[in-house]
Amino acid sequence: MRPILMKGHERPLTFLKYNRDGDLLFSCAKDHTPTVWFADNGERLGTYRGHNGAVWTCDVSRDSSRLITGSADQTVKLWNVQTGAQLYTFNFGSPARSVDFAVGDKLAVITTDPFMELTPAIHVKRIARDPNEQTEESVLVIKGPQGRINRAVWGPLNKTIISAGEDAVTRIWDSETGKMLRESDKESGHKKTITSLAKSADGSHFLTGSLDKSAKLWDTRTLTLIKTYVTERPVNAVAMSPLLDHVVLGGGQDASAVTTTDHRAGKFEAKFYDKILQEEIGGVKGHFGPINALAFNPDGKSFSSGGEDGYVRLHHFDPDYFNIKI
Amino acid sequence: MAAEVMLMNEIEATAARMGIDMNIDFNSIQLPPGEDCGIVSDDEDVYHDDQLEFDSGFGNIIVVDNLPVVPREKFDKLEGVIRKIYSQIGVIKEDGLWMPVDPETKKTLGYCFIEYNTPQEAELAKEKTNGYKLDRAHIFAVNMFDDFDKYMRVPDEWAPPEIKPYIPGENLQKWLTDEKARDQFVIHAGTDTEVLWNDARQSKTELVYKRTYWTDSFVQWSPLGTYLATVHRQGAAVWGGANTFNRLMRYAHPLVKLIDFSPGEKFLVTYSSHKPSNPLDANMVVMNIFDVRTGKVMRDFKGSADEFAIGGAGSVAGVSWPVFRWGGGKEDKYFAKLGKNMISVYEAETFSLIDKKSLKVENVVDFSWSPTDPILALFVPELGGGNQPARVSLVQIPSKEEMRQKNLFSVSDCKMYWQSNGEYLAVQADRYTKTKKSTYTGFELFRIKERDIPIEVLELDNKNDKIIAFAWEPKGHRFAVIHGDNPRPDISFYTMRTTHNLGRVSKLTTLKGKQANALFWSPGGRFIVLAGLKGFNGQLEFFNVDELETMATAEHFMATDIEWDPTGRYVATSVTSVHEMENGFNIWSFNGKLLYRILKDHFIQFLWRPRPPSFLTPEKEEEIARNLKKYSKKYEAEDQDVSMLLSEQDREKRRMLKEEWDKWVSKWRWAHEEEKLERQELRDGEASDEEEEYEAKEVEVEELLDVSEEVVAFEE
Repeated sequence: MRPILMKGHERPLTFLKYNRDGDLLFSCAKDHTPTVWFADNGERLGTYRGHNGAVWTCDVSRDSSRLITGSADQTVKLWNVQTGAQLYTFNFGSPARSVDFAVGDKLAVITTDPFMELTPAIHVKRIARDPNEQTEESVLVIKGPQGRINRAVWGPLNKTIISAGEDAVTRIWDSETGKMLRESDKESGHKKTITSLAKSADGSHFLTGSLDKSAKLWDTRTLTLIKTYVTERPVNAVAMSPLLDHVVLGGGQDASAVTTTDHRAGKFEAKFYDKILQEEIGGVKGHFGPINALAFNPDGKSFSSGGEDGYVRLHHFDPDYFNIKI
Repeated sequence: MAAEVMLMNEIEATAARMGIDMNIDFNSIQLPPGEDCGIVSDDEDVYHDDQLEFDSGFGNIIVVDNLPVVPREKFDKLEGVIRKIYSQIGVIKEDGLWMPVDPETKKTLGYCFIEYNTPQEAELAKEKTNGYKLDRAHIFAVNMFDDFDKYMRVPDEWAPPEIKPYIPGENLQKWLTDEKARDQFVIHAGTDTEVLWNDARQSKTELVYKRTYWTDSFVQWSPLGTYLATVHRQGAAVWGGANTFNRLMRYAHPLVKLIDFSPGEKFLVTYSSHKPSNPLDANMVVMNIFDVRTGKVMRDFKGSADEFAIGGAGSVAGVSWPVFRWGGGKEDKYFAKLGKNMISVYEAETFSLIDKKSLKVENVVDFSWSPTDPILALFVPELGGGNQPARVSLVQIPSKEEMRQKNLFSVSDCKMYWQSNGEYLAVQADRYTKTKKSTYTGFELFRIKERDIPIEVLELDNKNDKIIAFAWEPKGHRFAVIHGDNPRPDISFYTMRTTHNLGRVSKLTTLKGKQANALFWSPGGRFIVLAGLKGFNGQLEFFNVDELETMATAEHFMATDIEWDPTGRYVATSVTSVHEMENGFNIWSFNGKLLYRILKDHFIQFLWRPRPPSFLTPEKEEEIARNLKKYSKKYEAEDQDVSMLLSEQDREKRRMLKEEWDKWVSKWRWAHEEEKLERQELRDGEASDEEEEYEAKEVEVEELLDVSEEVVAFEE
């Protein structure tokens, strides 16, 4: 089907997230307002006003009542999804890069960038059921990795936290003690900045995308490298189909080099790979700039991509997509 | 240097004392290029002899002997003379001239020491003034200060040299006997250099040899494919062997920049240039000619860059490489160098000038050898504002007789193209129009092998067209020209002989409006790749010139380099690291079918291993071509077997991957099931784990968009 072009952001997209039911799509961009859309027809439902800087990331609670957003204005905000009201603001000394609700939505993991004198950190915050009882203090702060931590997500049963970032290393931390449990191997791991990380629907494995022009599939519990998907451009965003054994990689050359070369040079396609055979199946073109964000609808029947060009493209799969054989 | 060596346990002890972690993976450390932190590589020992002069620190001092012995009154005068002679060559250090005086007689001792800023200058001074005649009685004897030690150490008694036992060499041509008749190529990407088989049948490569940091800058095959040359800070080396790549020989030449083999791979020319200490002087150039097999320096050339950079297109950028051009075909008999108003032709047997004189040609700017015969083609541009026409002449070596000459009027530039068998020479002459504001191009075609060397003039249909590329069919009689001023130029094919017209050039066809700017003939002729590199982003057209039809058009996006394999069966197109992305190479069949593609970051070089010429006689070759069916049967059967095997292997591989994956999935499902209760607890008892067992349901929703009523006339 023809993709639905969703124009609502004025600046490059940074992150996309579906709610659990798959009826809402949340988008973050370098403009200051996260936006919510109907995931079916791409109609804009509303925006969340209050941030004063690029919004890097968001997550939505399981019951779709709360939205958490992290921004370059050094705050993380909690919102009421339905009304768009700001419920709480966490203040940090540096930009917030990623947020993730734990199973049960009672905890959230937040990463903050290295900034001025501050080192990058992973913070765990308790999320109160009643916003009036919400407090600022962290349950746990993990420091150690050098360079920006681009993603941190919860492992199975909230027992671990998985982080990845500029140092190209994927790490698993104990979410109780903050001790590092596992670290990816230098030889087999990524060689350059890890830009993105996506968990499978059941959280058993996850996919990382890196500027080293590859994506890697890992076991969440043991951090065993299972698969590597090689492409010819830096990977900015990854997603995994919950329905079929497909992975999608998005990226392209650096935005600053785009104008100097042929439009095809950028490879701004979302590339589909067979998850098991690691072979390329096809590509979805359309963006006029690198792809910064990808997300699969939880039903596996549509996906959306957000680009440096400021558009969100919503793709509903044609019936023959489900019959691809290679 | 040997004093630097520390025992490993000493190092460890020191490290332990200082609390340094010694568990470092040394292989993971990348040094910046040219930096070795003073660590001696284990294959560096050979170079030690040559570096002694730098080590002792007196490498920039020379000793001048056989000076006149003068009394005190004349001391200053003599010193002035010496200073005058030696400061012409380089900068003498302050207090760098010392002439010792006998304390009793107050007379000089007949020698002096001169210290230069750099060893290169000292070396040059020795080179230039050794044997300098101050007057009849005083002929300078100049030596490096460091050499004295060496001479002192010569034993007084002669000892017979040890005779080393004969060790049979390896079969350096073994790769030619490959059962599957495959070709090899070398790729250089990042810090790795790999030699690979092109296994086109299986659409993949097979590794022969791989080495990290094999070369400091580039690699190069010798012209017959026997050796692979690598370039290092200390010199060049060649590698080869029956099954793997062993180092066969090293050629010491510090800071070597460029290398060039003679066509018969008997000799290797190495080149380096050094910055002078006086910035106003030209760069110093050092060139060595080595015998490839023995590693001996046959002759060296030193001087300022000016001497080696006369004429030619390279005069602006420095030296035009190769400085020495080899002539006389594969025998490596002669080599020649362009000089000011002359061409110096050397004989490789004696490494001296033929007849001890250079070939004097006023204002010569370019020359080229016939690829097969000892014939030089040289070009002299217009002089005296057009009073003296430009001239192309053919000169026979070693007799230096002019075989043929052609005067050309109002020529602005000229290029020479030899056909690979030396049968034809095409001279592309750019001429001014009458107004002198623009130029147009014509070709002068020489038939070298015919009596009196007839010359024919060829002008394109539209003679104002700019010539973008020209190429002879290898071993053939045809050539292709890309011409035109449009963004999409035309390509024309010409032949030097047709069935009914042997003596005239005639046009075969013109292809209009092609996206091409480079021509790549198959080494076997007949096929050509018309390529649009750079601005055309890698357009490829595979063209059959016998049938005059396009076999395939394709694209290798951003391709920068194209090379046919030496048999003309495959074409490699590559994107090198001039581009940031897409680095890697594609292998195509001769008719434009993409066989496989390999991506490699920081891709620097792709080079097919050349093959020596075939031993088959032309008659035998023709016989094979005629009975091709008979010969090809065997190979077709083999091809089929391989493809069967391949699909079998592929199926097997997929099955394995699938099995492996299923193992993971079942493990995950089991773990997930086990954690179910705990997860429910985390969700305050909410039992909905159902999203994991998501079921895709087809739900049809009908929406009423619009209802319109219409009265339809009912007709009977």
